Amino acid sequence: MAEKLDLHLNKSCKRGRRALPQQPHPAASPPPSPQGGGEAAAPVLRLSGITKRFGPLVANNGISFDLKRGEVIALLGENGAGKTTLMNILFGHYVADEGTVEVFGKQLPAGDPRAALDAGVGMVHQHFTLAENMTVLENIALGTQSAWKLRLDRAAARKRISKLAGDFGLAVNPDATVSTLSVGERQRVEILKALYRDARILILDEPTAVLTPAEADALFRTLKLLVAQGLSIIFISHKLHEVMAVSDRVLVLRSGKLAGEQVTAETSRAELASLMVGQEVASPKVAEPKIGAVALELKSVSAAGQGSSHRLDGLSLELRAGEITGLAGVSGNGQATLAALIAGVLKPASGEVVVQGASMRDWSPRAALGGGVARIPEDRHAVGTIGDMSVTENVIAERYATARFSRRGFLDWKAAKNFAEEIIRDYDVKCPSPDARIRLLSGGNMQKLILGRALDPDPAVILANQPTRGLDVGAVAFVHRRLLEARERGAAILLISEDLEEVLALSDRILVMSKGRLSSPSRRGERTIRELGELMAGHGEGMAA
Amino acid sequence: MRLEPKPAPSLGVTLLFPIAAIVVTLLITSLLVLAAGASPFSVFYLVAKGAAGSQFALLETLTRATPLIFTGLAVAVAFRAKLWNIGAEAQLYIGGVVTVVLGTGALPLPSYLLIPIIMIASMAAGALLLLGPAVLKTRFGVDEVVTTLLLNFIVLLFVSMLLEGVLKDPMGLGWPQSSKVIAEAQLPRIIQGKRLHYGFVIAVVAAIIAWIIMKKTVLGYEMRAVGHNPEAASFAGIPVNRVLMKTALLSGGLAALAGFSEVSGLKGNLTLDLSPGYGYSGIVVAMLAMLNPLGVIASAIFVAGIFVGADAMSRTAGVPSYIAQVMVATALLTMVTAILLTRFRVRWR
Amino acid sequence: MEQAIEILFTASFWVAAIRIASPLIFATMGELICERAGVLNLGIEGIMTVGAFAGWFTVYSGGDLWTGVLIAALAGAMFGLLHATLTVPLGLSQHVVGIGITLLATSLTYFTYRLALPQVTTPPKIEPFQPLPIPGLSKIPILGEALFSQTPLTYLAFATVAIVAWVLYRTPIGLAVRAAGENPSAVEAQGISVTGIRMGAVMVGSALMAVGGAFLTMSAFNSFFFEMINGRGWICIALVVFGSWRPGKALLGAILFAAFDAYQVRLQQISGGVVPYQVFLMMPYALSILALILVARRATYPKALMIPYQKGER
Repeated sequence: MAEKLDLHLNKSCKRGRRALPQQPHPAASPPPSPQGGGEAAAPVLRLSGITKRFGPLVANNGISFDLKRGEVIALLGENGAGKTTLMNILFGHYVADEGTVEVFGKQLPAGDPRAALDAGVGMVHQHFTLAENMTVLENIALGTQSAWKLRLDRAAARKRISKLAGDFGLAVNPDATVSTLSVGERQRVEILKALYRDARILILDEPTAVLTPAEADALFRTLKLLVAQGLSIIFISHKLHEVMAVSDRVLVLRSGKLAGEQVTAETSRAELASLMVGQEVASPKVAEPKIGAVALELKSVSAAGQGSSHRLDGLSLELRAGEITGLAGVSGNGQATLAALIAGVLKPASGEVVVQGASMRDWSPRAALGGGVARIPEDRHAVGTIGDMSVTENVIAERYATARFSRRGFLDWKAAKNFAEEIIRDYDVKCPSPDARIRLLSGGNMQKLILGRALDPDPAVILANQPTRGLDVGAVAFVHRRLLEARERGAAILLISEDLEEVLALSDRILVMSKGRLSSPSRRGERTIRELGELMAGHGEGMAA
Repeated sequence: MRLEPKPAPSLGVTLLFPIAAIVVTLLITSLLVLAAGASPFSVFYLVAKGAAGSQFALLETLTRATPLIFTGLAVAVAFRAKLWNIGAEAQLYIGGVVTVVLGTGALPLPSYLLIPIIMIASMAAGALLLLGPAVLKTRFGVDEVVTTLLLNFIVLLFVSMLLEGVLKDPMGLGWPQSSKVIAEAQLPRIIQGKRLHYGFVIAVVAAIIAWIIMKKTVLGYEMRAVGHNPEAASFAGIPVNRVLMKTALLSGGLAALAGFSEVSGLKGNLTLDLSPGYGYSGIVVAMLAMLNPLGVIASAIFVAGIFVGADAMSRTAGVPSYIAQVMVATALLTMVTAILLTRFRVRWR
Repeated sequence: MEQAIEILFTASFWVAAIRIASPLIFATMGELICERAGVLNLGIEGIMTVGAFAGWFTVYSGGDLWTGVLIAALAGAMFGLLHATLTVPLGLSQHVVGIGITLLATSLTYFTYRLALPQVTTPPKIEPFQPLPIPGLSKIPILGEALFSQTPLTYLAFATVAIVAWVLYRTPIGLAVRAAGENPSAVEAQGISVTGIRMGAVMVGSALMAVGGAFLTMSAFNSFFFEMINGRGWICIALVVFGSWRPGKALLGAILFAAFDAYQVRLQQISGGVVPYQVFLMMPYALSILALILVARRATYPKALMIPYQKGER
């Protein structure tokens, strides 16, 4: 172990010296490439036959493609199609089971992010990789100077950062602590990190998921400037309109395989959509809602923000039986706070929660469950399930204390197991046995169990927070079907989703959340995507006071 | 190198890992034996013989196992809920204090009343002692590892103060020790004339009750859920803080019984060397048992055997008896590694 | 009462306070480095024991004092390596492993001691570090005497704080250590091995803990006896929290704590036995708990503390 560690530190030492800002990066002036002609179009990046398996799941299956200088490739695919896995292999976070990655004609060693960085590959992760306790400058300079230097050269770093920021429209204060930055600023820091290291190939993983439309536009302008400088870009997305707007070429991934390759100028959204899902997606048929009484009401509630999510100030909301209310918005605008509040995890600082006509004084997860509120949490691994407990133990977690599963402090394991088997059957869950640890299940099967657990008592209210994030197409359709069925049965459903298309497809009524406030509602089809986009950015008419 | 979760292994494999852990432990400690200039085979043979080679040895091992079962159980239930109770040592001493306070004549009651009263009072005292750190954890976010560890020192000084003050035995010739408990407060011996006492039976019963609590009851389920994922447990409506309090009460109470049983069953009075670190050894006992209360009985006997056997061995073979503590600590580390390997596969690439 | 206040104005009191603080400073800096990198090292108590023995035994066997310090540091680093191997790449519970390391390190030390000195009843003495007054500075009343008439090892303790602070905040490797404890994926995304940084930090931190232990046998006292660490390691863990993971504040905490400890000893002497001496001895431990309660609410832990990291994880 000591040997390994030692080796690594030596390596970092050498590398650090090479990457000093004063010295031009080897990749900055690409290897001998005769100007002009077909040669200039030699690929800067070549992936050949990449295959990666996670247990029985084949996340990437024989994927090959080239990226040319100054080109923007969009990597398009549903959640779970294997885009992120592929990029993690390219960047060296994962090791491919088969296949090679070549950058500027040289093969990258597997599983070594440093080698990828050295070769000129930069990656902007979907979840930012920034240390929040440090400044922008420190985050950018991290790992760029020799590990054994006795002093971090801040002046040189500062100079270089401000030059890059000026050149590419990435304004950010280098001495600000990252924890004080907005999401958009953090993304700029991530891009600066890559440019600082002379990245020639930039990978952006779902970069717009956390941005308002205006911020996304600014990002696209920056990307144009980068391409003009000869950088090549891989842009990962599942949003068709963005892909059409920024890319030269589109690669479509479907269940781990390359399903198609199109020149953007010669294709259409419809064609890409059908490549993405494999067949024409029939939007779920939605019957006219049979709207009933108010099942859950928030009366001007205020609550402190949860994590990075916005706080709520005097927010009011009504959910009616038999209706799906879709909540759209850029993440971080208070959706997580609202979800925590409705789930009972968060108590309102002021205001009132009314469930089926009863004002809930002592609001808690138990009170919510008791009032008939079913909850599908955003994070099924960390919050929705207890990974090291069995399927049986997980499905009773919300109701183990009821007479159905326990008597005088003793659990009725037989009833619990029957319940688990019931859900496994009714929700078509693939799992070895009810005694299997739930950690071993795929995301889709986990979500089905959560759905089964939540919907079994035929709830009056359903909170579905990002219910299909990261699921494959089949599982998404399954979840949608179940939610629509619950609506038919008269449940009041709040669907919180960052996927605008999902919100549009399912919701009878749409609200947009921005900076902790809700827009006025619109019925199905009333507002265009553009109008919703403006509301998401916090302007446009219809932001309720 | 990465770790990937793998399906639950069969029972056979699950049992194989602790055995592998013990084998590795023996291999490592062999090196120390060699360093001491002795032959590992003869030393381990002498340890085994000293632990189980005669009726006397066996009874001595069971006697030594008794407090370890209690502290092992205390740790096992607490660790299940990820309440890191490293303070079993202090809870043990508090149990001993209560036993001599009530058992030296303050309550003139017959045995069948006095002993249960002392047991309940000891448990209550130990429970309250751990409740403090549990409250500090849930209310203020103070790490209970540090508070329970520091309390061990405070309680030991407190006991020392009592033994030189109010609890001092007037007949003790100045030694810091308490008076003997009265006959009615003594646990009878299981076999006349031997040291093994009914504390052992109580310990086994306690283990069975703890097992039932963990496997069959709502509380046990809640404790496991809180231990594995407090955030998910809280989301599902499990009252996490209340469960931690209950866990603290149960764990502290069990550890205090170790002090009760040592004073009332074996020593007869309270001294500052009532426990040679039973509280800390309880951590090893619990981990070797993979936190299973019934497994605690076996692992406590195993650990006690090493201690008893090593004492006997060091008298004849000249290897310091501290080898026992080294073995036990090594076993702890090899065991947690073994448990990891039953749940995860190590992939080097 | 007056007597109780007068103590505070005597040089000998402050000299004692700084002496008592020195081992705590080493060990607190060691723990701070580990925790800044994201690893709680509960092996501290045992590693200090190892350091105390290794340093002393080296000198007892004929080595010179500085060799003793070096051997102690190396021994500490080896236990740090064991701790780090189990907690970093294998991701085992830092609580359980830490306690295990303490049990192992302590028992191995005792075993070795008995093996090396089988028949000894009173521990043999060595010639420890002698005070080395700094000319001029040590003549400044009270403050100068307290700070500048100490042994070289105390000066080293203070230098360690400056070095640790410099490294953490001013050097590239310090950035990596702080980032590893806050968001390890930030470290990996910049091409640095989180495992390497964390293991290195735990080894260096453990070496410092061991030097803290060695101070006791080589500077404060002149021999090794059992149980001599006596909870100092646990107190250092409290001091790291109290110092909000900052070297300067932790130093201040250690000195405050040591001053209090020195003070209670003197109070004990003038109290004339009215209050049992155990009450005074309890105070340092009680004070540590109190300090934790006071700061725990607003403490900002390194966010990745105690959370194992796997490559490619986010």
